[in-house]
Amino acid sequence: MSHSLTDLQDYLLAELGTALTGSTISFGDLTLNAHAEQIVKILNFLRDDSQCRFETLIDICGVDYPGRARRFDVVYHLLSMRENKRLRIKVKVEEGGTIPSVVDVYPAANWNEREAFDMYGILFSGHPDLRRILTDYGFEGHPLRKDFPLSGHVQCRYDEEQRRVVYEPVSLTQEFRNFDNLSPWEGAKYVLDEADKAEDGAG
Amino acid sequence: MADIEVETEGRNFTINFGPQHPAAHGVLRLVVELDGEIVERVDPHIGLLHRGTEKLIEHKTYLQAMPYFDRLDYVAPMNQEHAFCLAIEKLTGVEVPRRAQFIRVLYSEIGRLLSHLLNVTTQAMDVGALTPPLWGFEEREKLMVFYERASGSRMHAAYFRPGGVHQDLPPELLHDIGEFCETFPKVLDDIETLLTDNRIFKQRNADIGVVSEQDALEWGFSGVMVRGSGMAWDLRRAQPYEVYSELDFDIAVGKHGDCYDRYLVRMAEMRESVKIMQQCLKKMPKGPVMETSGKVAPPKRAEMKQSMEALIHHFKLYTEGFHVPEGEVYCAVEAPKGEFGVYLVSDGTNKPYRCKIKAPGYMHLQAMDYLNKGHMLADIAAIIGSLDVVFGEIDR
Repeated sequence: MSHSLTDLQDYLLAELGTALTGSTISFGDLTLNAHAEQIVKILNFLRDDSQCRFETLIDICGVDYPGRARRFDVVYHLLSMRENKRLRIKVKVEEGGTIPSVVDVYPAANWNEREAFDMYGILFSGHPDLRRILTDYGFEGHPLRKDFPLSGHVQCRYDEEQRRVVYEPVSLTQEFRNFDNLSPWEGAKYVLDEADKAEDGAG
Repeated sequence: MADIEVETEGRNFTINFGPQHPAAHGVLRLVVELDGEIVERVDPHIGLLHRGTEKLIEHKTYLQAMPYFDRLDYVAPMNQEHAFCLAIEKLTGVEVPRRAQFIRVLYSEIGRLLSHLLNVTTQAMDVGALTPPLWGFEEREKLMVFYERASGSRMHAAYFRPGGVHQDLPPELLHDIGEFCETFPKVLDDIETLLTDNRIFKQRNADIGVVSEQDALEWGFSGVMVRGSGMAWDLRRAQPYEVYSELDFDIAVGKHGDCYDRYLVRMAEMRESVKIMQQCLKKMPKGPVMETSGKVAPPKRAEMKQSMEALIHHFKLYTEGFHVPEGEVYCAVEAPKGEFGVYLVSDGTNKPYRCKIKAPGYMHLQAMDYLNKGHMLADIAAIIGSLDVVFGEIDR
């Protein structure tokens, strides 16, 4: 298994060469890192090449790393039923940047890209219908971003007087409790915020 | 002679199907464009059951995140837990004891029966038959009792845990499951006499919603949706996990890829599931059901009365939770509805950094427009039924 994976890795590195920025095998999964603008070409090759035949798109999803310059990872999971292999491709994209849509390669990419747009605000250029998919009609923000609060920004309820559903800012009757259970011996970072720091300095 | 103008051009009109509709199998809203009774376009609006599961999981420890998986495809809860547990075990390198592996397979197959029974019989109801769901739900109730006797809960079991299963099964329960396996095929025969050769059922399903091999690949289908189209692809065979490689079972494959073939595949799969369950009961070894290194599973109650170490472990596991090494994995299981996968990114702390849930129904429902084009309005119900969608997993 691992032997054939390294074979495949070598083969893909030779064939796709400059389109890739690296590749790793870890936990038995082969991961390719690629340039965002090359993704359509790469997926076309992986689908049609006789040694690959990655004809099934399993999933497309975003991952958010707020600390990075190119903030988002877009992760493609492919499956080859003929070769019985899986493959992961990761590309990086910055906030507000676009990435070519792969709907023409895999029709199944349509909803997955819509979901990544909905959840992270990643823009797919050339997508036929880039609407929100999972969130409410008229929803604002991208909920899976790390800087989006767990409680959201608005809540809705049925208003008896107005006889319709109204939206209003979230108000929690009890403060949201987020326990930091990380062991202090393993170095959780207790960062003092600015006000505390000033106080500490004065005291 | 008066001129008589005959209107020859029909008008297209748009109707709204759902979100509350018994044939929608949940909260699905379809905006359907019709030309007379012919469907021209279907635009599914999903997300009405969106609960932000993936976001919530990022804010919980691994063990706290586990029960969310029961609430995805709530028709076969344990199959979902399975994928998440496999992903954690792959990252942490925890070995699952053999008895636990057999128990997991046993309950995964019970989940398959639960899901297929619900799907086959309610799809029959969508096309006009009332008796099958009544008979099928009686059996589901028995299966849910097995869930309850193992985990204490009929549906939201939280029974599969990283490292094994939560508690051992008593011998009486195994005996009763064995008895169920004896009587259940008879019930399947009875349901088949109602449906398989039923003229109305055939007319409503044969040649409806045909999926070719090529379509199945392009649209990212899995599970019964590819097997109904003639591809013998089953993760239990192709990429075996747990003890599936030691068990003897056949993969049912359809020929035409229509709703009727998918029904037949599901019926055949239920019989295979019973076979697998019987083998599990026969082969199940004695031994622990949870890994014992103390890395991810709590120590035994009795141990905690004696040992300070054990008490500390218990406390740490249920407050801080275990840490998962940095890395990313994708783990998939053959859930009743198709390939259910979990893409887990860990940053080395006690909470998942990102947990993407790959739900089979999401891909299947996506093809609604493609599958329904050119069919009659009434066929929409038959096609949704045979796609086997559950909105818990699609909307997440």
